[in-house]
Order: sequence, then structure tokens, then C-alpha cells
Amino acid sequence: MSIKVLTPGLLTSIQDLGRYGYQKFGVIVSGAMDSYSLRLANILVGNAEGEGALEISLMGPSVQMEEDIILAITGGNLSPTIDGKPVPMWRPVYVTKGSILKFGACRAGCRCYLAVAGGYDIPLVMNSASTYLRAGIGGFQGRGLEVGDVLPIKELSEQSLRLLEKLVKKIGLDPFIATAWYIGSRHIPKDPQHVTIRVVEGRQFEYFTAASQKDLLNSPFQVTTQSDRMGYRLSGPTINLVKPLEMISEAVALGTVQVPPDGNPIILLADRQSVGGYPKIAQVATVDVATVAQTKPNGKIWFERISLDQAEELYCAREKTIQELAIAIGFKII
Amino acid sequence: MKVNKIIKFEDGIEILPFGETAILVEFGKGIRPETYSKVKALTEYLDCYSLPGMIEYVSAYSSVTVFYDPSKIRKLQIEGVAAQNQSCYRRLSTLLKGIISKLDVDVAQTPRIVEIPVCYGGDFGPDLSYVAEHNKLTMDKVIEIHASGDYLVYMLGFAPGFPFLGGMSELISTPRRQSPRTSIPPGSVGIAGMQTGVYPIETPGGWQLIGRTPLALFRPADNPPSLLQAGDIIRFIPISAQEYEAYKGGI
Repeated sequence: MSIKVLTPGLLTSIQDLGRYGYQKFGVIVSGAMDSYSLRLANILVGNAEGEGALEISLMGPSVQMEEDIILAITGGNLSPTIDGKPVPMWRPVYVTKGSILKFGACRAGCRCYLAVAGGYDIPLVMNSASTYLRAGIGGFQGRGLEVGDVLPIKELSEQSLRLLEKLVKKIGLDPFIATAWYIGSRHIPKDPQHVTIRVVEGRQFEYFTAASQKDLLNSPFQVTTQSDRMGYRLSGPTINLVKPLEMISEAVALGTVQVPPDGNPIILLADRQSVGGYPKIAQVATVDVATVAQTKPNGKIWFERISLDQAEELYCAREKTIQELAIAIGFKII
Repeated sequence: MKVNKIIKFEDGIEILPFGETAILVEFGKGIRPETYSKVKALTEYLDCYSLPGMIEYVSAYSSVTVFYDPSKIRKLQIEGVAAQNQSCYRRLSTLLKGIISKLDVDVAQTPRIVEIPVCYGGDFGPDLSYVAEHNKLTMDKVIEIHASGDYLVYMLGFAPGFPFLGGMSELISTPRRQSPRTSIPPGSVGIAGMQTGVYPIETPGGWQLIGRTPLALFRPADNPPSLLQAGDIIRFIPISAQEYEAYKGGI
């Protein structure tokens, strides 16, 4: 089984939950910008939740099915269609050989995930399927997709096979059939006017002026067009230190909000370096990293402070939700 | 960050939270081999014994950051920590405090010495003459000084396998280039201020390039994927252009 890339889109790459364990060698984590959506896409098609999937940003690709395939699309709504018909998201879809999946206008969020039952058959590099674009390793030949690429697909899991049996019976003349069940709207991220990102104080929070501490938490920040998988560069009130700070490089984390000397904060994301030397004013709660990643360039975000204990509660509650969804989906498939 | 969450030791060591998925141990405020030996002692412990829920650690000049999965820690019984309703940070920081107080810095392993052959000057080191001029030295003297030092690998970062080194002589210190090069070939050896380093992959960069090594620093197919590891001592060995080609050819 395989799918063929007809047009690659703006930046389409294979990502999984990231390449962990190698940051101490300077190897960045990479991985899905919105790992929540990636995990659910995999669970929906009967894969292990950390399987590699296509991450599709702003302008999607068009791909052709070279065999009958089960897929799921989650994350931002980039108006997916199959042979011109809108495809429902957040549920498994059985698609027949020869059909063409395309993406259109970016209606909500800015990146989506395309998982296929079985998963893409690519060699793991350092135990991960994630594409590390700058080093040219991982994913599909270490790069974003290009015209004519053929992505092979692995054997289906037992769960995926059961899903296939159920859906294949229902297919009519349409090029695809989706399940009647889907992930409920309360588990699907909204696309609000004002995105609120919860943060805990960063390590150097107290070294910033009182005015800047207040500005961070009371003013909107705009996501600039210089934002990418490495980080989101924000513009808003200038964030100032009380006095220049001698910093020694140390680890940075997913969601670290660091402030370079120009006073414009940067939220570090999937392709961040492992270490950095700028003062850190805040740390985004892990559950809200996906929300940051779905905010389009020129979109506005607000920061809201929470405690460390609250951030931990949110983290554990999110994990519990995903496990419950996985169990519920498992029952649907059986 | 509430102050009562930070654990401080008498000798200046601090343990503090870094978001809800990481914990940072700071052994000091400066770049010093003595501070680094404590960093190394902790990472050697973590390499051997890990920690409950630990995903990985990142060591730096004077700190170690441990990344963990709070949902895994919640499921575990940690020895010596009775209150299961404590936050993961509190549980891990208590555990780390105990480990650090027992670390024996003196038994840290003897560092590995890694020799890095470098072909200095010419096309491989287009800025060697500038570095010489800037420091009022001959090019041969710059090479002699650069190749005579023992350099400690404090950490890897910036690019895969890129070493942050300590120990360069200030006699050859040179500021970065006014305008960075858009592309620097892998293996290039450079100087930036008081730092020296080797570029593992092709990247843009502003360092003064003085030579090139035929060795691959980033080895994605190997485990570990890096020629160098934090804590190594490296020495640069001058080689000729012919020797460089011989190395490249795998001889």
C-alpha cells in the first residue's frame, strides 16, 4: 500500500511524538507541533498513538491513494476534500484506490495531521519517524514531501483490520465512507477570537521589570510571520529586563517563552534547539502548546498565569482524556 | 515560581521547577571545570540509574535539566516519599536532593581524550590569516597555540554533535565575522571570541574559520549519534591536505 504526492503543499513532513533521548548530543526533539491532534489521528485509525503521520501546514498537499486506505484527519481545518467532496475530520475514513485527497482554505487552526491505518513505512532514525529538516534526517528521506514522492504504508494492525472490515461493507458509489461516530466537539479544540495560553512563571521572571511582567499577562501579542516550527516570534509591548543579565546557556523546553535583547518574546516549539542563553520569562503549560501551534501568523494570543500545580493537573487530566478516548474508540471499532 | 519551591544547598546548588515537565539542578553560576565536574557526576548517576518518569536529561555548563512525564510519576511509588498527593515536582526534587547530597564528585570517571585531526589554513581555513593579523601572530603560531590546548566539552548543542568547548587560549581570541557566511561546510573549525568549535553539519555562521576536520562529528546511524560527548577532553592535531584527503577516503 502507498500514497502518492501530486503536489506537496507549503510544508508537509512526517512527524511523530518526537525524538527523545538525544538532546544531550545536540539532536533536537522535532515531532508534531500539535501532538494532541497527532495522537488522536493515530488512535482513530487503530495505530499506536505515537506512529508517524503527515503534518500539513497552512497550504495542504494533494495525494492520491494507490490502494484502498483508511485515514483520519485531525487538527486544524484545512478544508479537506476527496475527489471534490468534503471529507469529515476527527473520524476514520475509508478511501478507495485512485481517489485524490486535496486541501483548500485554512478555516480553523493552521496545521492538520493525516494518519493512515498501518502507518507510513519509513526507517526510524534514533527511534523516531520525525523529520529533522535542518539535519536532513528522519521522516521521508529527511525532508518535506515533494512532487512524485510515494509513501509506502505498513501492514494494518488487528484493530485497523477490524475497522476496514466494518467500513468496506458500507462503501457505495462514493470514493470514501466515514464512520458515523467521531470525536465529540468538547474534545476538539475551538478556534477562538482570543487565544488564551496558560503559562507558569519562567526561571528569570523576577529579573524582568514590573511593567513588563504586567504587560506579558495583560496585553495581547501578535504571532509574527517570522514564526516557524522552531518557535513563534511575538510582537506586542517590549519586554524589558531590570538590568542586563549575564546568562550561561542551559536547557530550554517545549513552550519556553524566552526574551532576546530586542524585547520581543519567542515561544519555543517542536524544532527548538536543546540549549539557549536568553532569559526565560514564562513556560507554556504543555496542554496549551497545541493551541499555540494552531495559531496562524498574525493571530493574537493572550497569556494567563497559572500555578505549577495547576499545570501539572491539566497535564494529567489531558493524558487521562486521551486514554479514555482511546478506550472508547477501541469499543467502537470492535 | 514561589520561592518555597526552590531547594537551596549550602554550597550554592539549587533545584528548581522548569514548567510542569522538567526540573533543573544548577550547580553554580559560572563556566568552571570544578562546577562542571558536579554536572558530570550527576549525569553519570542518571546514565546508570535514571529517575522515575524520566524522559531524558540535558546537561549544560553548570546545570542539568531532567525532563519527565508527570502522568508516569503519579502512578509510581517513590521510595522515601510518603505523601502520594504531593506534586510530581516536589516528589522529584526531594529525590534529587537526596541523590545530589550523596554524589561523589571525585569518583567521576576519567575523561575520554578524543583527538581531532585538523587541516589548518588554505581553503579549509579562509580566516586563519585574519585571526593571525588580529592577534599580531604568524599563522603558524596560531595553529601551534590552537593545537596545543586541552579542551573540555562542556555540552553539545546548537547543532547535532556541536561541542561547546572551554580552554582556548586568549592569545588567539578573535571576534565573529562582521557578516556571517550563509553556508559553512561540515567539519569546519572556527573561533568566535573566546570560543572555539567544530561545525558538524552545513549551517550558516559567523565564526572565523581556521581549518577543517575530515571526521564526522554527527553520526545519525550510530549510537550515540555524536563523535563527542559532554565531559570529553579534545585535542586538535594538525594534518596536511594530503592526510585530510586520506582520512576522507577512509584510509
